Amino acid sequence: MKVKVRLFATLREDRGKEVEVEGKAGMTGKGLIDQMEISEEDVAIFLINGKDGKLEDPIQDGDVISIFPPVGGG
Amino acid sequence: MYGYTGKILRINLSTGDVKTEALDKELAKLYIGGRGLAEKMFSNEVDAKVDALSPENKLFIATGPLSGTPTPTGGRYMAITKSPLTGTIASSNSGGRWGAELKFAGFDMIILEGKAEKPVYINIVDDKVEIKDAAHLWGKMTSETTKMLLEAEGEKAKVLNIGPGGEKLSKIAAIMNDYDRAAGRSGVGAVMGSKNLKAITVKGSSKPEIADKDKLKEVVKRSNAKIRENGVTGTGLPTYGTAVLVNIINESGVYPTNNFQMSTFSGADETSGETLAEKFLIKNTGCFGCPIACGRHCKVDEGIESGGPEYETLWGFSADCGVNDLGSVIKANYWCNEVGLDTISASATLAAAMELYQKGYIKDDELDGLSLEFGNAEAVIEWTKRMGLREGLGDKMAEGSYRMADMYGHPELSMSVKKQELPAYDPRAIQGQGLAYATSNRGGCHVRAYLISPEILAMPEKLDRFDVAGKPEWVKIFQDLTASIDSSGLCLFTSFAMTADDYADMISAATGFDYDAGSLLQAGERIWNMEKMFNMAAGIGQDQDTLPPRLLNEEIADGPSKGEKSRLGEMLPAYYEVRGWDAQGAPSQAKLDELSIK
Ligand code: SF4
Repeated sequence: MKVKVRLFATLREDRGKEVEVEGKAGMTGKGLIDQMEISEEDVAIFLINGKDGKLEDPIQDGDVISIFPPVGGG
Repeated sequence: MYGYTGKILRINLSTGDVKTEALDKELAKLYIGGRGLAEKMFSNEVDAKVDALSPENKLFIATGPLSGTPTPTGGRYMAITKSPLTGTIASSNSGGRWGAELKFAGFDMIILEGKAEKPVYINIVDDKVEIKDAAHLWGKMTSETTKMLLEAEGEKAKVLNIGPGGEKLSKIAAIMNDYDRAAGRSGVGAVMGSKNLKAITVKGSSKPEIADKDKLKEVVKRSNAKIRENGVTGTGLPTYGTAVLVNIINESGVYPTNNFQMSTFSGADETSGETLAEKFLIKNTGCFGCPIACGRHCKVDEGIESGGPEYETLWGFSADCGVNDLGSVIKANYWCNEVGLDTISASATLAAAMELYQKGYIKDDELDGLSLEFGNAEAVIEWTKRMGLREGLGDKMAEGSYRMADMYGHPELSMSVKKQELPAYDPRAIQGQGLAYATSNRGGCHVRAYLISPEILAMPEKLDRFDVAGKPEWVKIFQDLTASIDSSGLCLFTSFAMTADDYADMISAATGFDYDAGSLLQAGERIWNMEKMFNMAAGIGQDQDTLPPRLLNEEIADGPSKGEKSRLGEMLPAYYEVRGWDAQGAPSQAKLDELSIK
């Protein structure tokens, strides 16, 4: 299956803004970030199709995943 | 006194009288300083029904007990008055260096009364205070005024001033200081203008005394370490500034676009903090004593170089007006600072004007060929300038979006609460933030309770943003803690890393008062209730604790939050109850007694 992963802020360094990732069926968020060599501490916000997701959640074919390191402002 | 200088400067601009008074220590203990203390003193001496732009209104410029002390971000001041925009109590907070310098000159606050016969400025050098002629400065843009005053009073002086926006009594005018920092919200600049006061320059040579230096050092060390290690304050804010939020808010589908007609913006990434850092940023800058340094300094062609844009500003001039061009946003921000308007209210007023135009209520013959179509970058820059100068349609815009839209018979197109424009988060799919907007004591505002932190950014823990359960309790705690942080003189951004205990220890070490997290939060609650009492006396009732009809009745039309609308009605009664208020939102006598509010 294929998912689109959008990266932001410091996570873009050496990885780019958007990557397509080929994964095995049943892959979780954790599996995805492991495959992309992103450490768990760098993941503050993990959105699956714009909604809050958890790293344990299964990823489906065609999902759009957005990953943010700790960010804030206001 | 410790922390505080213990002295207040009272200046009557009608008579030219200048007096020094002692700070009331007992009141300071109850209301901390800055926002809380100055608002309490203001409400004790000014009739809540006062016309905000009359000489009878007063303007307090106040610091907190930590302003000017060696604490992280202790450089702030607040402008307290009755707002000409909202009719509520106003406290507008600004960074830079001016606030710390006022403390160095030996004053905790300045109380400005009356109205000068002709334009003046005030020059303060330690305890020497002069009221000087400002005829040559009147009409000048804020950066030129600042330059001229630095020449006249010396490079070391710190300058606070208003631009043409404040002079011409725009209800969304800001007070600017140190070139590009702003006490932006609620029209405080218009109150200064109504007093014929162009600027205040200050230079000081003493430091506030500290009650327990060793303890303060230790708390500051501990807090600085937290600030450094925290991902937001240690990396995110210094690298990308507040604009790092553009993408996360847009990806969550709560990034208001075209005056809240949509909630995602196709140009978000091109106008994000990441792109800003890559293409326009020259350096990041910090306020007095700030280890975070979230400020941006950006440059575009044609020699325009300026502080900002902050997230809210960037959103307002881009997504909310449909403009997909970062260079134009920087220019609009620059002009907004020059004429001295609040960037949130000015950009949101433009967005409302654009919708009035889209719907055919504003006609081409009012526009001097400068079409208000969504996405017209040139118009956004030019109309910002004209708004500050009250030229053409800019005269109506200078009244803020609510009054402008009302002139066309469509106040519902103003995305505001209590007539103050909402910032950059669509509350239809961030339920707690919606409640925070509706109940804010100064009208539409995100920094009275920043529920975005738990509802979107997962700090200090992740809340379900679509759910209403528990939100009234969260809103109350955020409102109370924020009121105490503001009053202390520190920047709210420290709260991404610091806890209530850290603030309590810091204020206690500086002042010698004995706060813990509980009593600090209670002081915040006292401030919140006191503000509410002022607003009620000013005639601001429960009917104004609401959101624009669009956010209550129309579902989000696009993106990942599609189909959502605010469930304010379910949260408001529970919020009043959590606060110990009656069903009409009035604090009970028991609550006032509990909080020693007299
Ligand atoms: S965090 Fe930003 S706004 Fe706050 S004091 Fe530091 S530089 Fe100023």
